[in-house]
Amino acid sequence: MHLRKIFFIAAVFSILQYSAFAQDTTDIMKMLESDIEETTDYATATFKTTRLVNGHTVENVGKGVMDVKISHRFGKVNGGGYELFGLDNATMRMGFDYGITNYLMVGIGRSTYQKTYDAFFKVKLLRQSKGKRNMPLTLSYVPTIALKTLKFEDPARKNYFTSRLVFTHQLLIGRKFSEQTSLQLMPTYTHRNLVQLAAEPNDLIAIGIGGRQKLSKRISLNFEYYYQLPDYKLLNTTNSLSVGFDIETGGHVFQLHFTNSQGMSERTFITETVGDWGKGDVYFGFNISRVFTIGKNH
Amino acid sequence: MKRSFFIVAVILLSVTAANAQKLYTKNGLIGFFSSTKMEDIKADNNQVLCVLNTQTGELQFSLHNKGFHFAKALMEEHFNENYIESTKFPKSTFKGTVADISKIDLSKDGTYPVKVTGDLTMHGVTKSVTAAGNIAVKGGKTTVSSKFMVKLADYNIAIPGAVKNNIAESIEINVNCILDQKM
Repeated sequence: MHLRKIFFIAAVFSILQYSAFAQDTTDIMKMLESDIEETTDYATATFKTTRLVNGHTVENVGKGVMDVKISHRFGKVNGGGYELFGLDNATMRMGFDYGITNYLMVGIGRSTYQKTYDAFFKVKLLRQSKGKRNMPLTLSYVPTIALKTLKFEDPARKNYFTSRLVFTHQLLIGRKFSEQTSLQLMPTYTHRNLVQLAAEPNDLIAIGIGGRQKLSKRISLNFEYYYQLPDYKLLNTTNSLSVGFDIETGGHVFQLHFTNSQGMSERTFITETVGDWGKGDVYFGFNISRVFTIGKNH
Repeated sequence: MKRSFFIVAVILLSVTAANAQKLYTKNGLIGFFSSTKMEDIKADNNQVLCVLNTQTGELQFSLHNKGFHFAKALMEEHFNENYIESTKFPKSTFKGTVADISKIDLSKDGTYPVKVTGDLTMHGVTKSVTAAGNIAVKGGKTTVSSKFMVKLADYNIAIPGAVKNNIAESIEINVNCILDQKM
């Protein structure tokens, strides 16, 4: 009797134990996978590179990556055959961007247009993500300083060094809607220490909208438009509108575009564009980006 | 009385022993390596899930493609965006069997060469794969390791002309998972 009882208890025990652990390999794998599911999945590659056409995207270069950018804008397409549709003239910007961390990059550049130096940093404040942490947008802040070194128009006047400086502050609010489609808004505030006419404001406000639509894995169609608020713009300027393609091959990104802005720093294309698409004041241009990994990524 | 206790103990122990046959880890390592004259490309993922049933020889791996990390940030971006397409195909898995696992005594320290056959799924394509590897036991810890080649074209991973010289047609997969957990 006693023995039977013990056997019975043992049997119950072993069945309980067995059923508790009677899982096959696939079940265990499923369990492990569901444990892992609870991670944050960050949106990556919202845009192919850190510039849309002229202006910034929410993308940063990675930590330790140097991005060398050579950009050209040719003359106006409406220059006709005599100017080979603008190809006879070109302005260029040479730029060096570097990723200090994955969310902070710095850059400097020099444009032949009005002999301008520019410097900026771009910091990612929010990253679009889903999963454990849900964030619908990526938010970046980009302050830029531009130094125009062109000789002063009126050398007789008392000229200050600070008159050469223009400060631009941009917020970039971007979202990758799908693998193909990304959009961003770029509210922009510009302060000029010196303006040409007394009637012109020193503080300028514009709101940019831009986006990309991938046409294939490595080619995307981009557009970029900056709307200037009527009371906060320079006289006789137009809004910058650009369309272009990104073509990516390994470590290079080629950007080919048409734009009514001749300059390539924030100051010039957002606040000083004078070209009019309707009249054919359009410049053909390209940016070439080549990245070099200098520091360590991880 | 003594005898009956002994029997119960044996039953309980044998049940426990029979159940302690699934080894797993959440931090296994799988890496790959592509070598060409132009460039070597290497990436590691150290969050690989691996389960081994030591009785039946069933062996499974599962990993998130976004968990592969590269020395160059842009390579990682291109891997996820253009090649493995992580958003479309977030996981890669292997489900297979170790041949003749019953012939191996995993309670003894040693390195045992094995052959594993099963289905490898990546980039939405499933192919049967056979690979040679080792099961090593040392101080109660079991490690599965293997090195085998995978042809990218078999998994519909296309390499564009511009980088044909930078990415190898076949890449080497390295597996090294210490199965530190039991179930």
